[in-house]
Amino acid sequence: MSADLTPLANRPSIDDHLTMHRRMAITRGIEQELGALHKAGRTRGPIHRCDGQEAVGVGATAVLTADDYVTTTHRGHAVYIGKGLDPRKVVAEILGRETGYNGGRAGHMLLGSAAHGMLGGNAIVGASIPAAAGMALSVQLRRQDRVAVAVFGDGAAQTGICHESMNLAALWRLPVVFLLENNEYGLTVPYTAQSAVRDLHVRAAGYDMPGVQIDGNDVVAVHQAVAAAVQRARRGEGPSLIEARTYRMEGFSTSDVGGYQSEADLARWRARDPLTVSRAALVESVGADRVEAVEAEAAEIVAAAFAAALADPPPRFAPHPASAPYATPGPVRGAARGAALGAA
Amino acid sequence: MPVIRYAEALNAALYQALSEDPRVFVLGEDIAQYGGVFKVTKGLRDAFGDRVRDTPISEQTLTAMAVTAAMTGTRPVLEIMYADFMPLTLDALVNQASVYGYLWGDQVELPFVLRTQGGGGLGTGAQHAKSLDSFVAHIPGLKVVAPVTPADARGLLLAAIQDPAPVVVLEHKLLYNTRGEVPDGGAPVEIGRARVARPGRDVSLIATSRMVLEAEAAADRLAESGIEAEVIDLRTLRPLDVAAITASVAKTHHAVVINEDWGFCGYAAELSATIMDHAFDDLDAPVERVATRDMPIPYAQPLEDAVIPNAARIVHAALRALA
Ligand SMILES: Cc1ncc(C[n+]2csc(CCOP(=O)(O)OP(=O)(O)O)c2C)c(N)n1
Ligand SMILES: [Mg+2]
Repeated sequence: MSADLTPLANRPSIDDHLTMHRRMAITRGIEQELGALHKAGRTRGPIHRCDGQEAVGVGATAVLTADDYVTTTHRGHAVYIGKGLDPRKVVAEILGRETGYNGGRAGHMLLGSAAHGMLGGNAIVGASIPAAAGMALSVQLRRQDRVAVAVFGDGAAQTGICHESMNLAALWRLPVVFLLENNEYGLTVPYTAQSAVRDLHVRAAGYDMPGVQIDGNDVVAVHQAVAAAVQRARRGEGPSLIEARTYRMEGFSTSDVGGYQSEADLARWRARDPLTVSRAALVESVGADRVEAVEAEAAEIVAAAFAAALADPPPRFAPHPASAPYATPGPVRGAARGAALGAA
Repeated sequence: MPVIRYAEALNAALYQALSEDPRVFVLGEDIAQYGGVFKVTKGLRDAFGDRVRDTPISEQTLTAMAVTAAMTGTRPVLEIMYADFMPLTLDALVNQASVYGYLWGDQVELPFVLRTQGGGGLGTGAQHAKSLDSFVAHIPGLKVVAPVTPADARGLLLAAIQDPAPVVVLEHKLLYNTRGEVPDGGAPVEIGRARVARPGRDVSLIATSRMVLEAEAAADRLAESGIEAEVIDLRTLRPLDVAAITASVAKTHHAVVINEDWGFCGYAAELSATIMDHAFDDLDAPVERVATRDMPIPYAQPLEDAVIPNAARIVHAALRALA
């Protein structure tokens, strides 16, 4: 990762770094607690944890204002927290509660919050890419000072719509940043078995846009690279591709039986854990006490979020009129039948 | 007869087809080294090497490639991990695979199989829990099968691979771990033939895929009130076994059609219309339709439960038909 680091421009302030550190710690705390709840049989459906990748989603979104857009994947918890969503309402959504951002309808993969420009998690691999490009098109048409960031994986980078999105965005100079989160796996298949090129950022050349590869486990490096790409987008110069190299530490999802990631790789990347990297830098600049205080604060936020969400009520079903197929009520054959129809 | 899991039955069919016919190959995401996320293709890579391939996430292109590979001398079996991703394959199905058998006649054969799995019940949310049966059953030139028993899973998948025309095999995520007797010998099950899963004389519960199990549970409950429901497992969605449906309705004079796709323009609507077309005079009451509520599949359990059809809704529908 050393060779292609962006220059040390756009260094975040210490306060920004502390904020990012807190958000990474919150995300990690959420992931670990979800893992524990899963083991206890208290979660529903597969959950895709982002342990070890927090710097990508958090570092990128820290650059954005509330007006800027971001789209993400089935593994989007760091983006949710990074974009400033309330951890308690995020956790409630993941646990399928009435009090979640989407009332338990969306779940952990599809969470959306328009007020935060976070639209949103997406579980169709590749779909987050044109999603952000479309938002950037809207920004361009409305002559707004906004950008859109697409977060997507190395697996998503192999889809057809990835190519089409990048071509269109470059052709129309859309204010979008393509942030490729390369965690080395698409589900169980290593990215080297999915791509003919090893360095995915080189593809940017094919769209005549800048492409860089960065250390995705260094939140400061992510912040810097995304800041540069966002500035370019705001200047009207079009899209950029950033390949953030990172690694998936806790398997594909809570239902992954594992066994296909090497211990050596895991150990190597564990030593470069984004929280460890960030902590070391911060301790040097602000001292250990300050960093520990931030981490303690994060732990409290996570504990409070789970305590509240777990006590929250499950949602109650309501029909969705906008999805309903009939403009007028259906046929009723006799009063008894009408009453029975209501019961179903 | 050995009792095996549905996933094992599919695996046995793939193993047999790969062994018997060197033209057969299997491709899809996570299917080779890992053996598939539902473990249907377990062990096949070791046994058959390069004829069992992991692919990048490229459903649209893979389907189009499988179609022309089939046209030029191979027999591809493509796994699409979730039925929710079927929209990505649709161009290759509706504009490619399904048209050449007619346009080009017997110059070309299209022995192409697409396996996928749909259905709700596991909290996988709006993009991983749908049944899009009608999307594929709608297309002239395709065959569509939906086995519910392990025996049919093996026999219909084998028949699909041997068929010279494109066949879509619809599996269900909640069926993979169900068990059942599977005959030795590996005979295919004829495509286009329904099965009487449970005989009865009062009402016909005509169902597809996992909904057959819900219909059987509903029949148990109806039996407690002295109602004898007949459960028809369609097994093949296209071509439809109209004779099996009309024979049952001629006996019971009441019909409930059940399918896990959405109701509006859904497969259950086709079944209802088929009964109107072919058995109207036998009906003593309007056909009752049970399908997934017309809305996205929600994540939280109480919401998902309210949307996906179940035995209780089938019982209600049967009682309405008989009222
Ligand atoms: C169109 C589509 N195909 C397949 C899948 C199944 N699937 C879910 S995540 C995934 C791997 C994605 O890999 P990547 O983009 O690298 O994201 P990561 O899981 O590593 O974060 C696959 C194949 C899907 N959700 N959507
Ligand atoms: Mg990946």
